[in-house]
Amino acid sequence: MEKAIRKQFFIFVLPTLIAFTAGFLLPFLMGIGLSFCRFTTVTDAVFTGLGNYRKIFSDATFVHALWYTALFTIVSVITINVAAFTIAMLLTKGIRGTNLFRTVFFMPNLIGGIVLGYIWQILLNGVLERFGKTLTYSSAYGFFGLVILMNWQQTGYMMMIYIAGIQNIPDELIEAAKMDGAPAGTLLTNVIIPMVMPSVTICTFLTLTNSFKLFDQNLALTAGEPSNRSQMLALNIFETFYARTGWEGAGQAKAVVFFLIVAAIALVQNRFTKSREVQQ
Amino acid sequence: MKRNTISVMLAAAVAVSAFAGCGKKETDDERTPGGSAADAVQQTTEGTEAPGNGISGNTPSSGEGSVYYLNFKPEQNDAWQKLAERYTDQTGVEVVVITAADGTYEQTLKSEIAKTDAPTLFQVNGPVGLRNWEKYCMDLSDSALYSHLTSEDYALKNDAGEVAGIAYAIETYGIIYNKKILNDYCTLDDAVISAPEEIRSFETLKAVADDIQERKEELNDTFGYELKGAFTSAGMDGSSDWRFKTHLANLPIYYEYRDRGISSTDAIEGTYLNHYKQIWDLYITDATCEPGLLSGKTGDEAESEFGMEEAVFYQNGTWEYGNLTNPDNGYLVTAEDMSMMPVYIGVEGEENQGLCTGSENYWCVNSQASAGDQQATLDFLNWVITSDEGRDAMANSMGFTTPFDTFGEEYTADNVFIRADAAYTAEGRTPVTWNFSTIPSETWKNGVGSALLEYAQGTGSWDNVVSAFVDGWAEEYAASHR
Repeated sequence: MEKAIRKQFFIFVLPTLIAFTAGFLLPFLMGIGLSFCRFTTVTDAVFTGLGNYRKIFSDATFVHALWYTALFTIVSVITINVAAFTIAMLLTKGIRGTNLFRTVFFMPNLIGGIVLGYIWQILLNGVLERFGKTLTYSSAYGFFGLVILMNWQQTGYMMMIYIAGIQNIPDELIEAAKMDGAPAGTLLTNVIIPMVMPSVTICTFLTLTNSFKLFDQNLALTAGEPSNRSQMLALNIFETFYARTGWEGAGQAKAVVFFLIVAAIALVQNRFTKSREVQQ
Repeated sequence: MKRNTISVMLAAAVAVSAFAGCGKKETDDERTPGGSAADAVQQTTEGTEAPGNGISGNTPSSGEGSVYYLNFKPEQNDAWQKLAERYTDQTGVEVVVITAADGTYEQTLKSEIAKTDAPTLFQVNGPVGLRNWEKYCMDLSDSALYSHLTSEDYALKNDAGEVAGIAYAIETYGIIYNKKILNDYCTLDDAVISAPEEIRSFETLKAVADDIQERKEELNDTFGYELKGAFTSAGMDGSSDWRFKTHLANLPIYYEYRDRGISSTDAIEGTYLNHYKQIWDLYITDATCEPGLLSGKTGDEAESEFGMEEAVFYQNGTWEYGNLTNPDNGYLVTAEDMSMMPVYIGVEGEENQGLCTGSENYWCVNSQASAGDQQATLDFLNWVITSDEGRDAMANSMGFTTPFDTFGEEYTADNVFIRADAAYTAEGRTPVTWNFSTIPSETWKNGVGSALLEYAQGTGSWDNVVSAFVDGWAEEYAASHR
């Protein structure tokens, strides 16, 4: 039976493969093709060469969005992972109500980005109103608003991954370290962290790409205001596509550049954290 | 062999169920055009059948073809659905009306028109919108629709002089004001004016607004109002900012065009920007909220401030009538209390300025559709503007003032703002035309809007507005003509 199925593997793969091709691969290739074209609708394009790519670097908002996104990514990757790891450590110590806490921390992750964006907009504006300001008063408010939002949303998810990693550390290893008289600090840096490195790889990868690709939350929280100063890359691409006649191709070109950047960062990160993983 | 059969059957079962999933998804997609526009409102007149599948069931009376209208105005969706159904009942021609969710028309149109069953009838917002869709607009100069236009001004022509679009709704905006409160104000000691009609210039408007703002407590105590300011909040949230970055910006553009004798330009000079600043200063100073909060204020908030008599002045247009008088909203203001005055910005001779009247709604028939569908669409439109049902729906259910000669006295939309406009015109005032359709791009509007907001909340200077207005115009014009 197993052998027979193995022979027919292609038939089993086919449905997913077709869906993947139609839903991802084809649009992706089409997108790359369209970045070299001028078009109004995607089925009716005229080839124009590299013109779109020249346009995007003359667009100051793109460069600003790039830096803004990079900065946001750095800040949120660090804060989310530190917070998630800390909570995971606390919640693996057998405190009473651990399960309740885990559920509560995980819950925000179940709410969609747009909804979260609007909820946090109301919350943060409510606080800022006391000072006669709003989130879109300056891009710094939007920035920290987004950082808070993303931490709130993602910490729980990353925490679960870290908890799984921490629980996987063999008890005898920790016991042995303790018996050798390792203080808590050493235990953390020399035993626990090296042992959860696979979790770190996954968590940094997820937070890094999520932060870089952030769209819904950005759109709902500030929509790029004021003056596009809180606009991140994905939103910038979206706006380029729709806000000007004849710039659809430039938006598409930005999307290709965006893809290359995200792919490059993810690859480098993966290689780096993987090299730190240890064998049990 | 038997095993093989089993595995193939298993595989087939998996495939079928997977495709069943796919198939369902596709139908879902069709029901919500544009994907992202998931909340798009739509119904077809014949169940879930896709447009363009020919006629089903009933006997067609006007040849082959069907109509697919991608509607722009969500507030008129119900009326269009009913009208489409009526037409299908009468003629058997299938009419599908899909309404794009608020603010997503361009996105929806872009994805819909690329489909096999593309809209046969869609709309553009003026010359700039037309440039994007020119290829899809058939020449309407031979259509009955065009022949019924009362004025050439309502036809949108392309560079070749063909009629690419036809306006179907004429709208008017200005400063909506609460007559009752203003009249009560006039009875106060030392009121700046003695009747609302005396406001005929920016100077008077400002004097009145300043005085109301300063003496709102006195007004509240004397007449039992709950005034919070003279003007409603000039919200810069996306649901409200168009009132200022587009509609208010029209006035300096209009006066500059008038002086230069042009109807569009590749470079605006900004000669009336000081006037723009004056009126914007007034909006944000004599208002219901602190300028620092403007970025979060929505259109609904401004509407309800006016409706709940918390403010006297509210810049908006004829389309707001329905919302302000809708009993479900529970507003205190009544139809008799409301009127509209021109947006005075302090230009010389503005005592003869009328309201801002024009159109940014042009019907276009898809040139890429089949001849049968095109004919069906033209027939449908002709029916809309000539039949009793169609005219009743346009004038009464949708409340449009139309530019067609088929709408006599009987089919005239009636609301206090339209009446105010008619009165100003009868008085001999010059209506301000809608020139914002020549604004080079959405990006320009966003740039001006952001600069206005930053100026209002004190994080930017007025120079940024000037630069967004003048330099932004040249840049955007160049960017979209490259």
